[in-house]
Amino acid sequence: MPLVLAALLLLLTACSGPFPQSVFAPRSDFSTDLDGLFKNIFWWAVGVFVIVETLLLIAIARFRARPGAAAPKPVHGHTALEIGWTLAPALILVFIAVPTMREIFATAGQAPDGALRVEVIGHQWWWEYRYPTLNISAYNELHIPVRAPIQLEMTSADVIHSFWVPRLGGKRDLIQGRTNRIAFRADSAGEYWGQCAEFCGASHANMRIRVIVQTDSTFQGWVDQQRAAPQAPAKGSPAEAGQQVFRRSPCIGCHTITGIAQGKVGPDLSHVGGRATIAGALFPNTTETLHHWIMNAPSLKPGALMPPQNLSPQDLDAVVAYLQSLK
Amino acid sequence: MAQVTHGHHTSMGLESRKMAFWAFIGSECLLFGSLISTYLVYKGRSLNGPYPHEILNIPFTSFSTFDLLMSSLAMVLALAAVQRGDMKQGKLWLLITALLGLVFLGGQFWEFSHFVHEGLGLTTNLFGSTFYVLTGTHGAHVTVGVIWLLTLWIQAMRGKLGPANALTVEITGLYWHFVDVVWIVIFTVVYLIQ
Amino acid sequence: MKSWLTTTDHKRIGLLYFWTAFGFFLIGGLEALIIRAQLARPAGLGVSAETFNQLFTMHGTTMVFLALMPLSAAFFNFIIPLQIGARDVAFPRLNAFSYWVFLLGGLFLNASFIAGPLFGADRLSVAPDAGWFGYANLTSRQFSPGPNVDFWLLGLQILGIASLAAGFNFIVTILNMRAPGLRMLRLPVFTWMTLVTQFLVITAFPVITVALVLLMFDRFFGTHFFVPAYGGDPILWQHLFWMFGHPEVYILILPAMGIVSEVLPTFSRKPLFGYTVIVYSGVVIAFLGWSVWSHHMFSTGLGPIADSVFAGTTMLIAIPTGVKIFNWIGTLWGGQIRFTTSLLFALAFIAMFIIGGLSGVTHASAPSDLQQTDTYYVVAHIHYVLFGGTILGLFSGIYYWWPKMTGRMLSEPLGKWHFWLTLIGMNLAFFPMHFSGLLGMPRRIYTYSPDLGVAGFNLASTIGAFIIGMATLIFFWNLLRTRSRPVDAPADPWGGATLEWAVPSPPPVYNFTVIPTVESRMPLWQTERHPPMTPLPERPPAPIHVPGGSWWPMFTAIGLPIMAIGALSHLIPVVLAGAAVVIVGIYRWAFEPFEM
Repeated sequence: MPLVLAALLLLLTACSGPFPQSVFAPRSDFSTDLDGLFKNIFWWAVGVFVIVETLLLIAIARFRARPGAAAPKPVHGHTALEIGWTLAPALILVFIAVPTMREIFATAGQAPDGALRVEVIGHQWWWEYRYPTLNISAYNELHIPVRAPIQLEMTSADVIHSFWVPRLGGKRDLIQGRTNRIAFRADSAGEYWGQCAEFCGASHANMRIRVIVQTDSTFQGWVDQQRAAPQAPAKGSPAEAGQQVFRRSPCIGCHTITGIAQGKVGPDLSHVGGRATIAGALFPNTTETLHHWIMNAPSLKPGALMPPQNLSPQDLDAVVAYLQSLK
Repeated sequence: MAQVTHGHHTSMGLESRKMAFWAFIGSECLLFGSLISTYLVYKGRSLNGPYPHEILNIPFTSFSTFDLLMSSLAMVLALAAVQRGDMKQGKLWLLITALLGLVFLGGQFWEFSHFVHEGLGLTTNLFGSTFYVLTGTHGAHVTVGVIWLLTLWIQAMRGKLGPANALTVEITGLYWHFVDVVWIVIFTVVYLIQ
Repeated sequence: MKSWLTTTDHKRIGLLYFWTAFGFFLIGGLEALIIRAQLARPAGLGVSAETFNQLFTMHGTTMVFLALMPLSAAFFNFIIPLQIGARDVAFPRLNAFSYWVFLLGGLFLNASFIAGPLFGADRLSVAPDAGWFGYANLTSRQFSPGPNVDFWLLGLQILGIASLAAGFNFIVTILNMRAPGLRMLRLPVFTWMTLVTQFLVITAFPVITVALVLLMFDRFFGTHFFVPAYGGDPILWQHLFWMFGHPEVYILILPAMGIVSEVLPTFSRKPLFGYTVIVYSGVVIAFLGWSVWSHHMFSTGLGPIADSVFAGTTMLIAIPTGVKIFNWIGTLWGGQIRFTTSLLFALAFIAMFIIGGLSGVTHASAPSDLQQTDTYYVVAHIHYVLFGGTILGLFSGIYYWWPKMTGRMLSEPLGKWHFWLTLIGMNLAFFPMHFSGLLGMPRRIYTYSPDLGVAGFNLASTIGAFIIGMATLIFFWNLLRTRSRPVDAPADPWGGATLEWAVPSPPPVYNFTVIPTVESRMPLWQTERHPPMTPLPERPPAPIHVPGGSWWPMFTAIGLPIMAIGALSHLIPVVLAGAAVVIVGIYRWAFEPFEM
């Protein structure tokens, strides 16, 4: 009894709150299919659970030893029962297997022709998105148009990662040397959260995903912005000073800003100012977080390859202003 | 070996040490099976040469295979001799088995040196890695077998091996024949089917 | 003391396994408590990511290889020869060797916690940190440069040798050393499940050995078996690992199922319902267990055909598993049930295993699994089957067989406390994990966003874990306090049916004064066709020769960690020295006069 109450209490607390990574709030065809399949299996499981646990409880309650009772009848088995309780589970499993097989093929990851292709490349511990048909790339925040078929083609630059945005569908792994695919259509605009779901080293916990599903026009606006050259800072502005600092700092060894630097180790920063998050979708993109991140990334994200930077406070302010200007 | 067997009654009628050894052989089948599977999975996936068809020498390896088969024959003769108490023949055939095993190992050593000379090292490509680990593991098993046979031979020379130890010689034979069979599989999979 | 170091007596070896495994169980539990303390709040406790990764790696590795398997081995050792009417196992020195290798392997693995300074690391601990399943290519030298993964792959190879040796030993023991009349289908179910388990051990462990050797070659000798840039495939590691890993989970659960199959009839005063079906379903599970391994890989992109096949085989294996559960309930039905602590744990085993088994069925559906795999939902599943299943089953066995092994009864009142706290604790710890997982919390993370909404569930899990901890301490106290009690347990405190209850508690060194002839599955009970077995004479009719001990098993075993230390330090002379110890040990062992 206490167990049941505890479970109910938990359930009640569960029913509140937005739960941004819940599998129970599907917002795509892929996740809706999976949700339906799970619910099917779940109710069969609940049924079996209730029947079997009840039988167990009845047995415990009814057959307690009573003092002076006769020895129990030595029953060794019952063939009809054995056949029955072998066939019944087998039948239930058929009801689970058929929709399963159907869904396996339906969700195998091949999108229809004309789908928007996005190449996803996993890095320790950030995400790179390339849109080959649109000639743009994005980093850590994946923008897609609503209701359009999307084809994710995923691989890794280093170790195995896994792309998981629960509201948009199940996960698939990113493996160097292979390409795995996810195909889906998002139902509604909005921001969807996920995170890497395959242990990938020190900051596996910190490799987060944001997917921004937009209306066609908003999406097109975003695409155009990514295509445009990074904004040149206004003369005399702190951002311009920041650009100078950037140019002479180790930053250029790892980061690309079109026209300024061609580093290939970390994410391209050409449009970092336009992103809502930084550091692998880990922190909101604010002046304060940018300061802390640049000063000492590994202290915030263990194992991060970006070493602590030795910048004077003015230089740091300037660089932050510069990055924020890169919309 | 000094463990005294009293001709214990066993539930299955099979000597316990022999049964244990068959279980061990079953286990070793999985070991070699995994290594052979790895070889097959990576077949044709080397990113650079040398490639198998460029470097494997079937005539030479056929001779090695024949040598190992003959050593199994010698082993059978050794066991038969020990079982009937003819220790003179037993010692001879045990030694011949071991020597034929050494010839096989010598051949492997020569072949590997030649391959390395031709540019196929352990880390050169996937073919090199899978080939050397597979055949190296087999070679290590042959080496253990040769040491085992020589130990028995020395025991026999000291007069400490006789028909009472036939079970030990039989188990040695089981091991030796198993190692030979594994070689036949390796030879077929690696050399013959390319 | 010396007699314990040289012992080849299965009963002593069983006790050695028990205490060593229990010690590792406590260590693994401590690792779990630190993990849970860290995860109770999103911001954590200040456990660093690196430390956390070591903790969950060692928790899994310790629990699977150093606690659960050896606790089962404690019972294989002590109980099997008694249940089959033998005086010892087939190869007593090999048996001792298995124990020493296990102990040394476990010490080697745990030494990594303090070995940092020896490797010039900037921290004390260089414990393995790539997960208990060590996926390539995270485990390559490039991405795991330190000695952590080396400790792991060398430690597991050592432990594998211990398990393999024991596997051969018990297969021969059970097949070849049965008392007269003890046909296979008269064997106690615990013995049957042990036999099936050992066949799984000797076939599955070579596969992980190969995987570990290939990884070792990559890390030490520069091969590229799992390095994608040179054509290697990290998925090959997963296939090899899970071809071992899936049979391994049956290795973990079948002995506990065997225990439960002994305990239920005894405390229901009824024969086991469906004995033949339970035995055959165990055999079927072992065979089918080889066909399901890629259900651990549903998110790796195997393709729809492979996904379908493995989903199908995984669902199929639910059938023989479910059948056992029904037969256990059938055993209780119509019985006269006595609620001893041992029985309570057996009942809880059934109840908890049903939950774990059902969440397993949800995993079997490959697409559905894409929302569950690598999340806390799976953590819930594995702990329901491994804690709710294996561990509760082992506790049942401990309370059942403790009198036989030590001659003392465990306290029933303390046992009841242990039981209820464990049951409440485990459900509070693991049930919320179903929710944490489905609300988007992946596995193996040292921190999580407070916005996910899983903080409450995590806090509940942590409280539950600490309740388990308290319960375990009570249990530990129960065990310890029996050491000061008189050795007065009766030969058959529970009214058991099988041969171990025919000898004194604890048994004399030679087990049986006279090897009995067995005529039924329940030799000590009155059955429809047979009266109970006549009691054995108090003294043996003639002196029974019992082999003495031997130093060589332990001596040989020591060579293995020496070789591993040499490998770890890249010192070939040390490796050769270790090999020399092994070779000398084997020779002295082989030529030692040792009469059975």
